[in-house]
Amino acid sequence: MGIALYLHIPFCIQKCRYCDFNSYAGYGPEEQQRYVDALLREMALWAARPEMAGTPVSTLYIGGGTPTALDGALLERLIRAVGEYFALEPGAEVTLEANPGTVDIQGEKLHRAFAAGANRISFGVQARQEYLLRRLGRIHTAAEVEKAVAAAREAGFTNINLDLMYGLPEQTPAEFRETLHWALSLEPTHISAYSLIVEEGTPFFAAQQAGRLPLPPEEAEEEMAADAVRILGAAGLEQYEVSNFARPGFRCRHNLVYWRNEPYLGLGCGAHSFLTLQAPLDNLGPAGPHLSASRVQGDSHVATAPGRPGDHYRFWNLRTPAAYQAALEAGRLPVEAGEALDEAGEMAETMIMGLRMVEGVSEARFAARFGRSVTSVYGQVLERLERQGLLVRQDGAVRLTPRGMRLGNRVWMEFLPD
Amino acid sequence: MADQKHIRNFCIIAHIDHGKSTLADRLIEYTGLLSDREMEDQVLDTMELERERGITIKAQSVRMDYVADDGEHYLLNLIDTPGHVDFTYEVSRALAACEGALLVVDASQGIEAQTLANVYMALEHDLEIIPVINKIDLPNADPEKVKREIAEVIGLDVSTAILASAKTGAGIKEILEAVCTLVPPPQGDPRAPLKAMIYDSFYDSYKGVITYFRIFDGTVRKGDRIRLMASGWEGVVDELYVFRPWLTPVEELSAGEVGALAATIKDVRQVRVGDTITLADNPAREPLPGYRKATPMVFTGLYPVETNDYNRLREALEKLQLNDASISFEPETSEALGFGFRCGFLGLLHMDVVRERLEREFGLELITTAPNVVYRINLTNGQQQMIENPAAWPDPTKIESVEEPVVKATIITPAEYVGPLMELCQDRRGTFLNMEYLSPQRVSLHYKLPLAEIMFDFFDQLKSRSRGYASFDYELAGYEQANIVKMDILINGEPVDALSCIVHREKAQRIGRALVSKLRKLIPRQLFEVPIQAAIGNKIIARENIPALRKDVLAKCYGGDVTRKRKLLEKQKEGKKRMKAVGSVEVPQEAFMAVLSTSEEED
Repeated sequence: MGIALYLHIPFCIQKCRYCDFNSYAGYGPEEQQRYVDALLREMALWAARPEMAGTPVSTLYIGGGTPTALDGALLERLIRAVGEYFALEPGAEVTLEANPGTVDIQGEKLHRAFAAGANRISFGVQARQEYLLRRLGRIHTAAEVEKAVAAAREAGFTNINLDLMYGLPEQTPAEFRETLHWALSLEPTHISAYSLIVEEGTPFFAAQQAGRLPLPPEEAEEEMAADAVRILGAAGLEQYEVSNFARPGFRCRHNLVYWRNEPYLGLGCGAHSFLTLQAPLDNLGPAGPHLSASRVQGDSHVATAPGRPGDHYRFWNLRTPAAYQAALEAGRLPVEAGEALDEAGEMAETMIMGLRMVEGVSEARFAARFGRSVTSVYGQVLERLERQGLLVRQDGAVRLTPRGMRLGNRVWMEFLPD
Repeated sequence: MADQKHIRNFCIIAHIDHGKSTLADRLIEYTGLLSDREMEDQVLDTMELERERGITIKAQSVRMDYVADDGEHYLLNLIDTPGHVDFTYEVSRALAACEGALLVVDASQGIEAQTLANVYMALEHDLEIIPVINKIDLPNADPEKVKREIAEVIGLDVSTAILASAKTGAGIKEILEAVCTLVPPPQGDPRAPLKAMIYDSFYDSYKGVITYFRIFDGTVRKGDRIRLMASGWEGVVDELYVFRPWLTPVEELSAGEVGALAATIKDVRQVRVGDTITLADNPAREPLPGYRKATPMVFTGLYPVETNDYNRLREALEKLQLNDASISFEPETSEALGFGFRCGFLGLLHMDVVRERLEREFGLELITTAPNVVYRINLTNGQQQMIENPAAWPDPTKIESVEEPVVKATIITPAEYVGPLMELCQDRRGTFLNMEYLSPQRVSLHYKLPLAEIMFDFFDQLKSRSRGYASFDYELAGYEQANIVKMDILINGEPVDALSCIVHREKAQRIGRALVSKLRKLIPRQLFEVPIQAAIGNKIIARENIPALRKDVLAKCYGGDVTRKRKLLEKQKEGKKRMKAVGSVEVPQEAFMAVLSTSEEED
């Protein structure tokens, strides 16, 4: 059984106004070089651990930040390194996230990435309207999106995703429909359409607090969500997750691993992993006291403990590039903290993540994994949610109704252990 | 045994913030009862809450020795009085235990309503009143003006008024001298049968109830068998104490003296303020005058937020009742809130104080339902019913008429705010009684007001309409007929018992609308549309809808988000769990308190 591998590149040319990801603007070439060096060290350390011995990498996802903020040579070195340290499965899905504003006109970066093994590219597009792109703090225009997609095809990419956003300040349903049709005209195999989440700590959040973020009315946002399903569906991109649409055969295999709650290894600063440990994972935290400013992921209520062999362990790396690099330069894994999931927690997360997908949670797969039927664990909850019209059980799966997809949180929280 | 000629029993009458506690501290300090080191700031206010609010809830007492300028050695008993309108009866008993009173007035503020009420009460008890103008060190002090006010309003001789500053210590000696020379000595008969008046008590977990008293006639000794004439309790005096300022054992106390006793009394309700202590084998022929049983005037439902805190709440109420016999409580069940207690209080402040102590000292989280007064209902079958709970309101067809408690209110205010304050009183169904000018700038307004109308933010309104300058006092003035109805609140078509309230018919619509609109804002959207209605009987008088929730979903969740998103969901679930289920509607705690802060002024 293979594993999904994620590599985090925390660099951006400019931070978008809605973004709360672990990414930083203003890092120069030397700093990028130092970071990639650290990433290679981390690969080496993991390659030597029992969890990765004989475990093929079935999907690779290079995300960020903006991986294409790296120069072509670094990018190429990084992708090739994966094949050198790990057993990259033949036919593995290798996705590269890209910002249309970071793709050079000659397409050199994309050529090098494709040549090194990348076979899927995901562009952050967001909207067609220039006023929206500016308002979001994007560094590119709609015309540059078109050029970047053309360059990707030119480089050899045929599996192309476009990220879109809706529910943006002042955005109208008509504008979003225009964006959808325009995006389809670029012939992607996959589209992610996200309803804007105003995250704490972002400029958007501050604007909202100050009453200066004129989000569209509820009905308009609802219309946009429905338009996405309808327009993309009509063009052959079927919804398969809350925010994801794909042509048949082009679902993102890497992300399916997350939603099926299967093992993944995340490398790079702040990256998260979830896998069954075969050797202790201790000596957590920052490398030296001077670096302890790195903040704990999520909130401080997460009960963290070193991992023991056999643990179904979720853990995350030190968040800032500086702390992350310091640990690796000291010769140790840059894991900040982690938690062992108990069975109730893992079952809950399997339901929560699985119900994000249109296909839902396979009852057979659940029973095989946990040795108990979905009914024996969640019978009452499922009955109530079915009665409320949020969920159905059919064809051997538990899945959300279209209404449930809009009210997912109401469903998911019911699976959390008390 | 102390010689009565040299005993002086006195109290201090003052408005909140006019410096009573600080002044008491200075007197204690001056008479050398405590060294500086022992002198905890404001000895007399012991409860944290009392200090914070600057009010005295329990009467404290202190006995001081003083050698006056005449060379005589005096024994001064200072009896501190509770400082709030809810405790008027307790104040009257403390005053009855004294022969004199210091009238302390802030040199920059002048007389306030409550002070006035207490001074009149002191005059009724024939107390010698010594005016003290306090805080003369303040830059805006105007002692002459305040003196004139005292002379004009109360008719006291102010030529001997003492100018003082408890802060700087000015006037302290003069006060002590005045107490010795002006306050008359007690004149009881130490050989007559014992008559001692209870003016306070508190519960001690080792000794049982400690009873505070003033002896009018007779003598009591350790080991005496005593009887409490109103409650009928009998038992043996284990310990006798005087206040120095902590309880100090003595062997006997006699006429004119103030002290405390322990007699293994388990239940504070046996020890009623105003009751007379006498000796069991040589009882007084009749008790001292003025005793009455304290009756709760304001009732509310108290429910624990966490349903399994019910027993802790009961234990906490029991503990508080040990020290405060005027709290009443009995179990009550609400469909929406589960198990709780119907609690009775002397007044609103009393209620607030108790609730705050429950939350602070016992760490309980509480939901309080709208407080209501006790209504007297005349039924069509000729019977009369006292209703202290909206849930017990009779079927309207069986009600002949309803009577509600009314109060006589005194408001003292700078003249410029008379208009707005009269408007407030009119709006609260007040009946104008009369108005007097205390000085060209200050007015004393008298109104008859329904007690129910001063329960909701009356005091806040009074303060905001007078920029904080008006003061307010009231006394109960019986029952009067009024057009009172029960208003139900329906959530999703179902009446919610905990939200029912009793209102005047003419105001029902306004209150109903305000409440419904408030609830619409407080109740989060549900999976379905939820109508909120106010109704009298079957008639809907206000309605709003909470539209159904249409979207609640995390748009993005990948590997790196799981921990954080799970926390978000856990938080959301926690919030949901804390809500109370009304039918299939989840209602947050605050909604049940909405009634508390909804005034009809809102719309």
